Amino acid sequence: MTGRDLLPPALLIGLLALVPWATSSNTMLNFLVTVLIVALAAQGWNLLGGFGGQFSFGHAAFFGTGAYATALLQIRGGVNAWIACLIGIAAGGVVGWVIGVLAFRARLRGSYFALVTLAFAEVLRILTNAADFTGGAAGLLLRLDVRPMNFQFASRAVFYWIALVCVAVVLLLTVMIERGRFGAQLAAVRENEEAARALGVDALAVKLRAITLSAAITAAAGCLYTQYFLYLDANIAYGSWISIEALLAAIVGGIGTVAGPVIGALTLHGLGELTKGFAGDITGVDLVLFGLLLVAAIGFAPLGIVGSLRRLRVVRLSGGAR
Amino acid sequence: MLDVADVSRRFGGLLAVDGASLTVAEGEIVGLIGPNGAGKTTLFAIISGFIAPSKGSIRFEGRDVTREPAHLRARQGIARTFQVVQPFAGLTVRDNIAVGAYLRHPRRQDAINHAEAAARRLGLETMLDRPASDLTVAGRKRLELARALATEPKVLLLDEVLAGLNPSEIRDIIPVIRVIRDGGVTVLMIEHVMQAVMSLCERVYVLAHGRVIAAGVPRDVCADPLVIEAYLGHGAAGRIRAGEVAGA
Ligand SMILES: Nc1ncnc2c1ncn2[C@@H]1O[C@H](COP(=O)(O)OP(=O)(O)OP(=O)(O)O)[C@@H](O)[C@H]1O
Ligand SMILES: [Mg+2]
Repeated sequence: MTGRDLLPPALLIGLLALVPWATSSNTMLNFLVTVLIVALAAQGWNLLGGFGGQFSFGHAAFFGTGAYATALLQIRGGVNAWIACLIGIAAGGVVGWVIGVLAFRARLRGSYFALVTLAFAEVLRILTNAADFTGGAAGLLLRLDVRPMNFQFASRAVFYWIALVCVAVVLLLTVMIERGRFGAQLAAVRENEEAARALGVDALAVKLRAITLSAAITAAAGCLYTQYFLYLDANIAYGSWISIEALLAAIVGGIGTVAGPVIGALTLHGLGELTKGFAGDITGVDLVLFGLLLVAAIGFAPLGIVGSLRRLRVVRLSGGAR
Repeated sequence: MLDVADVSRRFGGLLAVDGASLTVAEGEIVGLIGPNGAGKTTLFAIISGFIAPSKGSIRFEGRDVTREPAHLRARQGIARTFQVVQPFAGLTVRDNIAVGAYLRHPRRQDAINHAEAAARRLGLETMLDRPASDLTVAGRKRLELARALATEPKVLLLDEVLAGLNPSEIRDIIPVIRVIRDGGVTVLMIEHVMQAVMSLCERVYVLAHGRVIAAGVPRDVCADPLVIEAYLGHGAAGRIRAGEVAGA
């Protein structure tokens, strides 16, 4: 691993880490925590969708599982919040693995795979919305008990830093995957599964590993959501908003790039807030914007913001060499 | 080393491979020829584990591998190239070959080193950083070979690696195949370019309508009336002989 690959993501994380010293505005920190949660969910999506080429439309299934497991274990099981989060992440991974086994064994790809993931997320949403155990339509409220041991902090900045550490850890993990055997095999399966198998790649195993990891990462975002807002219901946890934001952030930021999901989440939510500021509270105005951004990304910058920046750099470098 | 016994494969009403048997001994270069649609590619797909045979068995180094999936056969040392080249279009040439090299070298640096060595053997060293989609037809054929070679196979199944190349490119690549064999890799190759079959193969099998209709040294096989008829149609051998007599 060379320093050059790590430098841009490290700079990004470093800059973000400084924010709480620059401002103590609650609105700002709230905004950034939301961005980081979406970024983490998008990082999970990007591992499977960007690096593995398997487009999921239902990452809410993993986000929601992480969120609900974290809440239920504490409320119904009296489990410590930190441990509940870890179990929540694992539970998300298990759900990912199960969906992977069902979908990939059946050789589903492309839009079929996307639809199946969407269906799973919707089934989970409807079930949690109906069951008493999960609080039904009223949702779940965690008891406010601000102590670090409970993963609750008096200062928003602390929570912000914890979320940032999660994002940073996944960035590092992504770089390691990209530069290792698993990443090479994942890219090979994405580009041409037949050819990959001819070279000894166990395509099914690679895809299962990818969806499990991807699901666990997105589940971690769900755990953070629960701990930060201390409230969730089925439409939040398993709602399609997070499936859409996860894939949008990854695509707009740069699909299959290491830092893309983080930059995409920042851009989407940054612009979303700005338009709300200009256009007032017209419901759905940010969604219109997201749609336009997606069209723009797919039409003009297939590798998103990161891809475009990279191209600029290449052009400048080759221009300088002349 | 490779033992294909009485293999058949049916596609609906079509018997693409019909009771074909062949053996390849270690260190040989064996040719597999036959007219279009004879079932050669299908037979390769069966040997490498991409298509299950309807009947028959494949043994490799004495073990029955008929039921093993493709990636495990690759691990045991059976590598194939595709007649229709299948590059990882979005990856660089280096990364394409590295996927093969990772099979035996889990560490990145080792895999990259071996990939670059395989690229040099195929004359691709100047293209390492280019995306595979930049390669010409000849380049893609070389990439296909380099990738397969990077898995460090014991037997290499080459499906028309010379098709679509011009005569000078063919002349360049024939010695490469010989060097690969001299390096200890057994080769079974499907080839329509007879110049290559004649100069490379120690033995050839001829497949027609899914059946092995002839086997032996290339010169004998090419003179076999059955083979001539398979290529040129019924009665062709007789006409050619008559023509030779008349010409003399
Ligand atoms: N997946 C498939 N489904 C149905 N039919 C198939 C399939 N694959 C091959 N065939 C048919 O089987 C026959 C043998 O095809 P194959 O590709 O093995 O021939 P080949 O000897 O490699 O020919 P060529 O020299 O043109 O490459 C052909 O008639 C082909 O149309
Ligand atoms: Mg063929």
